[in-house]
This record gives sequence, C-alpha cells and structure tokens, in this order.
Amino acid sequence: MTRYVIAAYVENKYGVLARVTGMFMRKGFNIDSLTVGETENPAYSRITITLEGDDYAREQLIYQLQKLHNVKNVVLMESEGVERELMLIKVRNTPENRHEVLSAAEIYRGKILDYTTDNLCVEVTGAPAKINAFVEVMKPLGILEMCRTGVVALERGRTLTQNE
Amino acid sequence: MIVFVNKIWKNRMTTTTCKKMNGAEIVVETLIEQGVTDVFGYPGGQVLTIYDALYNASDRLSHVLTAHEQGASHAADGYARATGKVGVVIATSGPGATNLVTGIATAMLDSIPLIAITGNVASSQIGKDSFQEINITGVTMPITKHNYFVSDVEDLADTIREAFQIAKSGRPGPVLIDIPKDVQTAECLFEPCGVVEAFPQKKADESLIEKAVSLINAAERPYLYIGGGAAASGAAEDVLALADKIDACIGCTFMGLTAGLGHSPRFLGMQGMHGTYASSMANKEADLVIGIGVRFSDRATGNAEKYASGAKVIHIDADFAEIGKNIHVDCGISGDITSTVSRILEQCASASHPAWTAKVASLKEEGRRILDAAEAAAGDALTPKKIFDCINAAKTPDIVIATDVGQHQMWTAQYAAFERPRTFASSGGLGTMGFGLGAAVGSAVGTGGRSILVTGDGSFGMNLNEMATAVSYNLPVTVVLLNNGVLGMVRQWQTLFYGKRYSHTLLNRKTDFVKLAEAFGAKAVRVTTEEELRAALSAALSHEGPFVIDTVIDKDEFVLPMLPPGGSIDDIITAKEEAA
Repeated sequence: MTRYVIAAYVENKYGVLARVTGMFMRKGFNIDSLTVGETENPAYSRITITLEGDDYAREQLIYQLQKLHNVKNVVLMESEGVERELMLIKVRNTPENRHEVLSAAEIYRGKILDYTTDNLCVEVTGAPAKINAFVEVMKPLGILEMCRTGVVALERGRTLTQNE
Repeated sequence: MIVFVNKIWKNRMTTTTCKKMNGAEIVVETLIEQGVTDVFGYPGGQVLTIYDALYNASDRLSHVLTAHEQGASHAADGYARATGKVGVVIATSGPGATNLVTGIATAMLDSIPLIAITGNVASSQIGKDSFQEINITGVTMPITKHNYFVSDVEDLADTIREAFQIAKSGRPGPVLIDIPKDVQTAECLFEPCGVVEAFPQKKADESLIEKAVSLINAAERPYLYIGGGAAASGAAEDVLALADKIDACIGCTFMGLTAGLGHSPRFLGMQGMHGTYASSMANKEADLVIGIGVRFSDRATGNAEKYASGAKVIHIDADFAEIGKNIHVDCGISGDITSTVSRILEQCASASHPAWTAKVASLKEEGRRILDAAEAAAGDALTPKKIFDCINAAKTPDIVIATDVGQHQMWTAQYAAFERPRTFASSGGLGTMGFGLGAAVGSAVGTGGRSILVTGDGSFGMNLNEMATAVSYNLPVTVVLLNNGVLGMVRQWQTLFYGKRYSHTLLNRKTDFVKLAEAFGAKAVRVTTEEELRAALSAALSHEGPFVIDTVIDKDEFVLPMLPPGGSIDDIITAKEEAA
C-alpha cells in the first residue's frame, strides 16, 4: 500500500463534486482525504485527493476520474511536490497542561487562536506527517476536538493547467 | 492560462436563420437537426409543453407512444441497437422519469447510445418535494455516461447537442437531459446547427501496434475474441480479414454476437459461462487471445485468475479504463478500435497454423457430438435446439432477434444464426428481464422491418403490456414464447447449486397466452411439436402485425454447456447427468 496524492481540475459547476464522490462510491474507492477549492480560473475547481492503495487502485482512480465529462485534467502528484494541511485542535487548559501545549505549539509553529480558562485552540499548518506528530503530542494532554482540512498540493515547477 | 474549449459546434450555421422559439420547440428542432426521425415516450404533466411542440412537428418527427415509460426506454435502446443511431426517449417528471431508470441502466451496461429527455417541475418548485418532483439527475448519475439539468433556455440547444456528442463518442452510452417546465416555456433565439460529430478518438501509439504485431507473429494458436465494442465500431470486416491473414479462429462475448459473424467458417460462437463448447475450449487452448471491444466480464472469464492462464492477451478497446481492469493483459491498446485493427491487419505477417486449425476442427466436432447426443436422448420432444433450427430456417438474415433474460436468452445466443451486424438486441450486462418486447418494438420501428422476440413466460410477464404498442402501430413483431411454467434459469441454478430446493421458481399461473395476445388484438397460436412450430412460424413471419407463438417446452431443460460461476474452463458441465 502506498499513499498517493491525485489532483483533478474540474469544471466549477453545480453537481460536479457529487459526480466525483459518487464515482468513488460506486467503484469502491476508499479515499483518505478530499479537498475542493477555487483555482486561478474561476470556471474551474481543483480537487485534491489522497488515497492509500496499490498500483491498480491508483490507476483505476485516475482512469475513472478522466472518464467523467466535467473532469478536465488529472495528475498524479510526485512525492516531492508541495503538500500542506491545516488543523484546528482544542485541548484542555489546566495548570498542568498549559506549559506543554504552549511550548509544543511554538515548536510546531502553531498559533493560539483561542484561550479560555477551560481550553486552548491551536492552529497548525504543515505536511500531514507534521500534523500527525502534533496530534501525538497532544493526545496525552486530552484532545477535546480537532478537525483537519485534508491535503492541498501543488507540483514543483510545471503546472497542472499547462498539461492540457 | 489555458482555456478549455468544450463547445466545438464549428458547423454552426452563420446565416440569419435564427428564430425565436420556446424551450419545448427548441428540444424538437434540435432533435430533428441532429438527425432524429423517431422518438419513444409517454406524456405527462411536466412534459406537456414538449408534447405540444411534438404535435406541431408530427410530420417531421414521429413519436411512438408505449404502454409504460420502461417500455419506451427499452424501445429506444432496441432502436439504437438495430440501427446504430442514437435512440431517444421522452418522459415526464417523477414516476415517468424513474420508470426510465432500468432502461437507462440497461443501455449503460451495454454501451448503447441513448438520449433520455425528462420534464421536471418549474425551477421555482425544485427542491420543495413538489408533486411528481424527483431529482432524476441525482438518481441517474451512476447509470448515465453524463447527465444535465438545464436551468437556462439559452443553454438548451447546445446542451442537447453536447448530449448527442457524448452519447455517440468513444464507448457510447446513455445521457439524460432534465428540463424544468419553465425552461420549456421560456423563449430565446434558436440558432440552427449541423449534426454534431463524435469526439475524434485517440489513435494508438505505433509502439503498441508493433508490440501487438510481434505477439501475433509469434503465436501458434491465435483466438480472436470479439465484443460489443468491435460490433459498434464497425470493425467486423477487418476482424474477418485479420482472422484469415493470421489463420485464427473467432470467438465472441455475448454482446459480440451483434457483429453478425455467424456466416464465417472461422466463427465458433460465444464463449464463457454458457458459451459453445468449441469456443470456450478454443479460448482455453489458445496461446494468444486478441480481445477486441471486450471487457473480460465475470460471465466471460469465470475465475479471472485462471482465465487464459496459458496465453498472452492483447486487449483493444475504445475505453482506456477497461484495459487491465478485470484481467492482466500483455498488450493493452485503447482508442479507436477500427483504426487499431486495420493497422494491425496491415502490419502482421500472413500465417498458417494447420495444427491449430485441426485442433479447432476437433473441438467443433466434439461440441457437435455432445449436442447430438443430447438431442438423440430427447427424442421427439420440442427441445430449444429444435426450436432454433425452425427459427433459423424460417427467418431471413436481416430480421432482428430480441430476447429477454434467462434460459431462452442463452439458447438464442448459442443456437440462433446471426449473420448480419445489428440483428441481435438483448440485455447483456444488466440482464434485464422485460427488456425484449420493448426492444423488439424499437428495432421494428428502426429498421422498418420485422423483428422476432424470443422470450420466456417469466420475462414476458414483466412487460407484456407493450403488446398494446405492437398492435397500435401494427408492427411485424413475432413473439416466440418458450413456455415452461418455471423461472428456468433460476431453477437451473437451484437444481445445480441449491439441492433442487425450488424456492419460488414454479410459476403456478393459469395465463392463457393465446387468449391474452388475442385480447391485445394480436394473432396467436399454441404449439407443442416441431411441425406445429414450423407452420406457426411460417404464418407469423408472413403476418403483417404482431403474432405470438406460445411454445410449450419441458421445465427441466438445461442451458449447457455451463461453467459454474467463479469456476474455470476445467469445471465445464456439458451434460445434464454430470450436472445433477
């Protein structure tokens, strides 16, 4: 099993996300994360998908995406591309915790977004591995809530839109 | 920045023939502009405006009213199968639209070009659970090649054109267009355009052609394996020429029967679960399988791990996603099937394989021996084999044979002679019982000629309402109903795999199909012997309108040979005694 990041350039139209996710469901693809957002061209959106799978799953996922009429271009991201993810995480604010949360946030270049007598909310941005590591540090301190955006990725050098 | 150009209506007329029309008129004019001459459908509240426009255009666009929207969808599908044109079906919102679902899915699984047009409630009523409102684009998303909800009348004509283009391009398929009532009534300028062409298909890389040619040149026992894609792309002639040049035998998938290669001495028929003995065995013995327009479905391969394990496999298909999807292939070539086959034909070396030819001849002989033994054991009983001997003798090669699904369908695939392209209309991928009568109606409309429906009493019971359509339009549809009083195929599986526990497959019905057909206004006769069947066929095939032949057969007839599901060719069952 390998982790793949796949980017799809799709028409920015009503229902396109449903077509993409519906295809994942009917073909039985299990996706780790999926993000959608606007691109430099307002007529198109970019969907970034991360997937754990073998060569067969990767190949079929790309082929089936390419078959969808609203999907204009699909690219398998190279492993050395630029990847980022954002996480918001809320942990308990107690006299025993406080110092460790604040120093970990500083080391991970996180930002304290909220500070109340009961809890602390931290924003961390980075590659998924860094986010995972921060979660591990926070676990023993009592995670109250967390959410991650999923990966967005760009390739170094060449651009996806020029592949057409 | 790159601009993605979707709309390629280069042949749009620039003359000032623009005219103000409402959406419904635009639908009708665009259909006519795209070369449509016949549509199938059923009116209702939210397509009334389109039906009003059809009323005005009745001299240019003929509409066939069916008994049920499902029948209309199968008729449009059968029309497309028989003619190669895009079939068109129109239905209203809600239940009208959902009744199309099985028909659309049937077309999807068999890659049939079909346009389904549905009305919907006005835009202001969408999302409010209005009367007869259903989100049919959501419902049909997984069973269409693409679908549209048209929210602006200005987009309507180009949406329909794009739908035709998608339906007929590459690997064909169904496209649905949902049009809310206010878009049907809204007006805009209609700019005429020519018939849109299919998207140009990718030509295969030369290196892949060379690889295929070298595999072919090295082969001793080549097996050409033809599917629906070869038939749809019109590659049948080149396939025959290729078989002659490299001295190969030809087998096919169920859908490959639509190529109409039955006249070739190299043709062994269908292979797979209920394939002919010779075709399935030759597939196994081959050292090279050349799949053309096939998808190596589970019904064709059995256990995919064991399929053609001793052979190299070349896979040529219009759809790149099919290459390597179901089985491992040694050389996969996606893109335009016809040009790929003709380039391979040009480049490969002429060959002669006398040992292989002799082997194939002996397999054919063995297949014949097995069949003869079974027929001899049956004596005078009216067996499926005898029924098809009668049909083959009575029919002309241009007659389209439609079927439903079950034992009768497999017997048709095994025994009926298909010698012309597009003379077989049957639901292969989805296996839709109730498909046949609509399809027979649609193909009769499309060809302007005769069609034969081979069906069973189970399948016929599902959509026999379309007898009314066949009678209304006085269509020359001959129904050969193989009546065994059971759901034969399911019963066969119960016999083989469920210890003869016949759970709900005995049809304890008292239907008199002769009286039923007569009540519809058709002619009908019941036959129990070969002689009666011959006489009935002769009467039916010279009768102008629909004719039902209720043909009584034994409930314990088997479809043989059979490869058990998930098994391999080594598990082949050729005689009833081995099976039971």
